[in-house]
Amino acid sequence: MSAIQEVVTEAPAVEAVPKRAMTLGYGTSLALLLVLILVPLFVKNFIIFQLTMLLIYAVAVLALNILTGGSGQFSLGQSAFYAVGAYTSAILMEHADINYALTLPIAGIVCFVFGFLFGQPALRLSGVYLALATFALATAMPQLLKLGVFEKWTGGVQGLVVTKPDAPFGLPMSQDMWLYYFTLAVSVAIYVSSVNLLRSRSGRAFMAIRDNEIAASAMGIDVALYKTLAFGVSAGITGVAGGLGAIAVQFVAPDGYTITLAISLFLGMVVGGVGWLPGSIVGSAFIIFVPNIAEGISKGLSGAVFGVLLFLVIFLVPHGARQVAVVAQQLLGKFKKS
Amino acid sequence: MELFINQVLAGIATGAIYACMALAVVMIYQAIDHLNFAQGEMAMFSTFISWQLMQWGIPYWGAFVLTLALSFAGGVLIERLLFKPLAKAPILTNVAGFIALYAIINSVAGLIWDFTIKQYPTPFGSSPFLGSQLISTHQAGMIGVTILLLILLYLFFQFTRVGLAMRAAASVPESARLVGINTSWMIALGWGMAAAIGSIAGMMIAPVVFLEPNMMLGVLIYGFAAAVLGGLTSPFGAVIGGFLVGIFENLVGTYIPGVGNELKLPIALALIITVLVVKPAGLFGRPIVKRV
Repeated sequence: MSAIQEVVTEAPAVEAVPKRAMTLGYGTSLALLLVLILVPLFVKNFIIFQLTMLLIYAVAVLALNILTGGSGQFSLGQSAFYAVGAYTSAILMEHADINYALTLPIAGIVCFVFGFLFGQPALRLSGVYLALATFALATAMPQLLKLGVFEKWTGGVQGLVVTKPDAPFGLPMSQDMWLYYFTLAVSVAIYVSSVNLLRSRSGRAFMAIRDNEIAASAMGIDVALYKTLAFGVSAGITGVAGGLGAIAVQFVAPDGYTITLAISLFLGMVVGGVGWLPGSIVGSAFIIFVPNIAEGISKGLSGAVFGVLLFLVIFLVPHGARQVAVVAQQLLGKFKKS
Repeated sequence: MELFINQVLAGIATGAIYACMALAVVMIYQAIDHLNFAQGEMAMFSTFISWQLMQWGIPYWGAFVLTLALSFAGGVLIERLLFKPLAKAPILTNVAGFIALYAIINSVAGLIWDFTIKQYPTPFGSSPFLGSQLISTHQAGMIGVTILLLILLYLFFQFTRVGLAMRAAASVPESARLVGINTSWMIALGWGMAAAIGSIAGMMIAPVVFLEPNMMLGVLIYGFAAAVLGGLTSPFGAVIGGFLVGIFENLVGTYIPGVGNELKLPIALALIITVLVVKPAGLFGRPIVKRV
């Protein structure tokens, strides 16, 4: 063994994002919400379905954003938590006849516990190990779901078919439209609570850990606890998104939750801007519509397009959509003045 | 008893491949402190190149050497173009870069050679080795090639100026720069060598797992498991880790009922988690000390 003891001064995992820059102002938020409420009234059912998926992935990207942008940790295994949430919802609905709306909090809690426990070992270590452990988790998850032992509940390779809920109280809406508004309500609730979480004492603890772990622990923050907590919260929210996804797609199967999904969510976060919560919806739009366009050109092209765009984002706009929004705002300001 | 010896030998054979992957991962980790998530895909792409060369009528060993050279050049090129500019970027940016590389290579391989499974030739044949039923000639060949590679690498790092410079650049970059070592190019060289070592792993395992764009995912996870077990800071540990993981995988598959091929990846996951919990620095790694 060499005589030189390795001494590492760790570089920050992600660049610090000021707290105020993490959210939108009230006016912009309300305008965006109004658009999201009105749009489905004017489009076809298939587009409503796509918008529903847009919101669902936005929630999943948001969850990753809390973990990475908030507490400075990585996860390449979000697809695993998404899968667990989806399966929890699907199994509860199909085998236990529980109302779809009630399965979501259960999916969230199951994933929170799963994420919290999974985070325990990996979180005591540096970012590289966490990325590694979550990467392994994401690749192993489809095989775990296919296991013969669980086949009675999970349906094995075939997966499970989920019935689509009708609009309640005899509301005159199509199933797709009802599901859209349901998803929108859940997403808004999650977004508002996430913003509040990051503004709370715990949120400040997350950010302190992100910016400097040693300084944070010197201030009396239980670093291991808050890191695991961030991981659990992120997993829980992803689980809710997974449950919503299962209801919207009406189907769960192991091969729907491969490492490709984890990569997509990661990409969505980077494109939307790490640490900028509203960017989640931009990132989500990106991961839903870009593959459609790419697969239209040639089958199997979407991976390459994803990768190339990811490199472009890294090199040209490292802050993702947030950077674009800021530049646009400045241009608008100049325009108004002149 | 014969079954046991048989499985241990087969484990050493696949372990040789894991050792190569782990070694490639550790080489890049030593140089830039990041795990290369695209290592498996790079190896897969090299294997496809060698397959294409053979389709064009080049004999096996010719294609083998040519692929090594091309992979080396490819590795250097990737470092120079994509990862050198990211050297000072936060960890997240680097992870995103590796993920992007993974997606690009996987997708491009599928576009060029499509996703159907292809046969891949072995230069050693698959008859019983030296008349014994314990191991096939291909498995023996895999072990032989790996051991030869390890000896060559050892000689390179111990007895050549470039090898010494590379070790210096990896362990104390500042001091290495002061004595006139071009550390930036040493990193590129490390990338090239890692790509070449990975390509050997790919070409050796391809006759077993068959050739297709997703063939290296399982091997890469086991490579990671091996690297973690041996310690990410120790190339020697990575090799030992590779052999141990290979033997472990085979024995678990043989003696624990219900654990077959369909649990291959969860076993690797469990192994990684166990090592991280019990001995995070790995068997031979140095514990990392943080400066406050």
